Order: sequence, then structure tokens, then C-alpha cells
Amino acid sequence: MSTIGSTMRAELVGAGGVVERNYYLTKRYIWWDFAWFIWTVANTLTIVFIAKGIEAQGGTLDVNRVATSLLIGAVVWAYLGVLFEFLMETVAWERWEGTIEYTFMAPLSRSMHLAGMGVFSVLYGLLRAVFLFTVCVWFFDLSVPDAEFMAALVVLAIASISFLGIGMMTSVLPLISPEKGTQLGWIAQGTLLVVSGVYYPVDVLPTWMQWLAKISPATYALEAARAAILDGQGLSTMWDEIWPLLIIGVVSIPLGLWIFARGERYAKKHGKLKRSG
Amino acid sequence: MTEVQEAVPIEAVRHRPEQHAVEVRELRKEFTLRDRKKGRFGRKKRIALEDVTFTIERGETVAILGQNGSGKSTLVRLLSTLLLPDGGSAEIFGNDVVRDHRPVRRLVNRVSVEASFFKKMSAVENLSYAARYYGMAAGQTRDRIPEILGRVGFPEDRRDESMENLSRGMQQKVALARALLTSPVVLLLDEPTTGLDPRSKLEVQDFIREIRTSHDSTILLCTHDLAEAEALADRVGILDRGRLLVLEPAEELKQRYGAPTLEEAFFAATGREFEAENDEDDDDREVMA
Repeated sequence: MSTIGSTMRAELVGAGGVVERNYYLTKRYIWWDFAWFIWTVANTLTIVFIAKGIEAQGGTLDVNRVATSLLIGAVVWAYLGVLFEFLMETVAWERWEGTIEYTFMAPLSRSMHLAGMGVFSVLYGLLRAVFLFTVCVWFFDLSVPDAEFMAALVVLAIASISFLGIGMMTSVLPLISPEKGTQLGWIAQGTLLVVSGVYYPVDVLPTWMQWLAKISPATYALEAARAAILDGQGLSTMWDEIWPLLIIGVVSIPLGLWIFARGERYAKKHGKLKRSG
Repeated sequence: MTEVQEAVPIEAVRHRPEQHAVEVRELRKEFTLRDRKKGRFGRKKRIALEDVTFTIERGETVAILGQNGSGKSTLVRLLSTLLLPDGGSAEIFGNDVVRDHRPVRRLVNRVSVEASFFKKMSAVENLSYAARYYGMAAGQTRDRIPEILGRVGFPEDRRDESMENLSRGMQQKVALARALLTSPVVLLLDEPTTGLDPRSKLEVQDFIREIRTSHDSTILLCTHDLAEAEALADRVGILDRGRLLVLEPAEELKQRYGAPTLEEAFFAATGREFEAENDEDDDDREVMA
């Protein structure tokens, strides 16, 4: 095998190692994940109940449609939370366990290291999103007869490229600030969703926030997911949402890798690439 | 700085006998610390390594002795590509640790004072994913991991047990297995026996001797343990406050200072008593602002 071929093979094996490690960890912490899932379900229910509450107070609305729309927002929020959590754990968890030095001195390129984290987080996040959506639809007895679930999943997967790019930018924060970096990542997640119409149309936002919504991948992911599940639209009618997602993805992944590399260099310069305690 | 994208095949490096295994020239590292005397934003510099120069030949074992904060761990972390130097250079078989960091990473592995594993995962799981980072596929590790765990004396019936249930000695054996699994050409041992009970310490030391003979590895051993340094190393160096004072065979070092023991030679070289062993990582005092 040529040098380039053997290098590429080693890189793919390495990325597979990251997926394998996350699989082992998920397996070991599966009951904690189950408890966390219950919390997510409870949190989602409180949001979806808002539709029922408005109707009970005399408001006129299509409860089934509004509840499903809120549910889609909550599921995307939870999905994004899983993605960002896994990516931020690239540094934070390794520092806590003390393995960070061994991981960062391994010959695996950082891009494939982060790609491995991304692949696992997307697979795990999508699986969890499907469970969450199913449980809540069953709980509220929601009706989505025209839903194009596969189209919604594909769009969410395409949007994940952009989400991962943004996640890479935030995952470097625990390298720069071991104490507060993780919390700063949550701020990025919240900000991304608030401008993207997570529980409301983007039109209700102030003009300057609507401009931010245009460059947020979550805006297009939410619009497309709602169109697929509420209106039964297929992928062929979603090009207006898909092309911005692809462009944002093409920009955000290299930008995320560049920012992570800058952060890693800073950490190596200042001695922060080390275990804590 | 240009990133080297292609890994250097390990075979290509092993057959370059004209090069030093490790070549360190005027290596310098300093950290910035918070200085509360200068107010909220006050900073001061702390020199961790100051113009350190030495070479290690292929197959040689060199021990570096030093107190906490002397710069031992900083040296190991620089050679592991985890730190960027502020001056000078370091090469592993001709590969610069900054410019050629990826080939260096393929050639080097380490064992540090803390075993450092995902504690909920088993020994086999920890070794398995770590091997993948070095490009070793499942087919290559299926037999290799049990074999190497057997060689370090790790009990077969505990291979699937969580690391958190294992003693420090057991964990350190797994750390040695992890380092050897990737067939490193240069092995960096940063206080590998600190905090171990006497029996585990002897077992680990025996295994280091075995590595020397069977693996053709070059070893840099940073230690507090004078007896360990004398027993395992071809040459012994004294690192004091970031400066490498001397590096030569233990007997010559003792003769140089007219000292009957290594401890007295250390005292003569540094003007300070050799402090009692503890498991504090010497970098832990170099908390950066």
C-alpha cells in the first residue's frame, strides 16, 4: 500500500477508534443516559403543554399543529444539545479523566479525531431524537398523517455538518478555559436557537435577529423539519433550505477546524493541554 | 508552521542509525503565572527549562533526576508534542517535535505518574480504542492486547473489569501495556513507579528492563527514585530549576562530585538535599494564568 493509502487507512481506523471509545462509554453510562433522557422528555413535555395551555385559556389555535411545531423545536434543541455536549467532551471529559495528554499526543490528525466525535454524536443524537419525538407524539396523541419522516431526518443530517462545524468552534473553549469553557459552549447553543425560531416563526424576531437567523443553520433545519412533518413535503421541495445548509456546512467545518487548531496551539504554548487535578 | 500530513513509516525511521534517537538543543520553556502582588492583572514569568542540551543514542536508557518543579515533566511533555518550546529545538530521530509533530507522535509513547484511563471502561476497552489512534485495526489488536497484558503480568480474569476497580499497580501495568502496544521507538517514562507499593514497583522496573532488551527502545526515564535511576539507566542526568547540570554514567557522576552515593552527588551538584518522593506532577506547580 502506498504511503498516502496507508496514512488514510490509519486515519480512518483512528476516527473509528473515537467512535469505538464513545460506544464503550455510552454502554457503561447507559442508565445515566436513560435518566437524562427522562429529564429531556419532561422538559419537552413542559414546552408542548404550552399549546394545550393556550387553548384552555380560550385562545384559538390548531392545537395539534402548534403542539407538533413546538415538539419539533424541542427535539431539535435536544439534538443540538447532544451534538454540542459530545464535541465539548472532546476536551472536557478527557481532561477530567486524565486521558487528554495521551489523546492529543497520538498521531491521529485533529480533523479525523473531531470527525470521529461528530459521527458518533450524530448517530446517537438522531437515535435519541427519534425516541424523544415518538414518546411525545404518543403522550399527546398527536396526529401527523402526512409526515415525511425520512425527509426530516435527512435534512437534520445535512444540517448536522454545519452544527458540527459550530460545535468544533465551541469545543475548543474548555482548552482555553478549563473552568468555564463548557458553560460558554451552552451559550453558543442557546444563542444559535433563539435566533432560529426554535418555538416561533423567525418573523417575530427584531430585524437584526432576523439577519442572524439567515446565517444560522438551525433556521433552515427547523423550517425543513416542520415542512416535512407538518405539511408532508419531500426532499425535492426543500432545495431552498438544503442549499444554505450545504453552504454554511462548507464554511463552518474548515472554520471550526481552524479555530480548534488555533486553540490547541494556544493551549500548547501556555501549558493548558494537560490533565486537571 | 507547516503541518506534515504523511505519517513516517516506523520502519523508515528505525534504520537511520546515523541519527541520535533524541537530540535536544538549548531547549527553553517558560510559563506565565498570575502574580497577585502586582494586582489583578499582574503576571510573572517562570522558567521551566533553560537551555537544556543533550542527546540520547538509540537503545540507550537515560534517567533524569530532579525535584518537584525541576522541569522533568515539562521536558517529557515537550518531547511528546504537548507543549511548544519558547526556544531551542528537540528532535526524535531527526524529526522536529514542532515542525514534524505527526511523525514524532508515531515514534513516541509515554507512561506518566498517573495511569490516566477512562475509569468506567475495562483495560481491554482502554487499550483497544487507544491502539486505533495509532492506526491499529481490530484485526491487529485482537490477539496483541491479551498477549501484551499477559506480558505485563495483568491477570486474565480482570481484563474486562472497570479500571476504577483496579489497584494503582495494576493500572500502571495497563499503562505500560498501552505504551508498548504501539511499538514506540522512544519511550518516555515520567515517574512510572511513583506511588506504587514495593512489589508493584519491582515488577514495573523488571518490565522496563525487559523492554530495553526485547524492544530495541530508547528510554528517557524521569524519576525521583535514585536507586531506580542507578539500576535502570546507562546515564543519569540532574535537572535543577530547569537547568541540566550534568548527564553521564552514574559511576562517573559520583566520581565527578567525589560522592559515595547518587544522593550525595545530587546534593553536591545542586547544593540541596534530594527531597522525599511524592506523586506530585512537577508541572502542577506551574499553573498558568
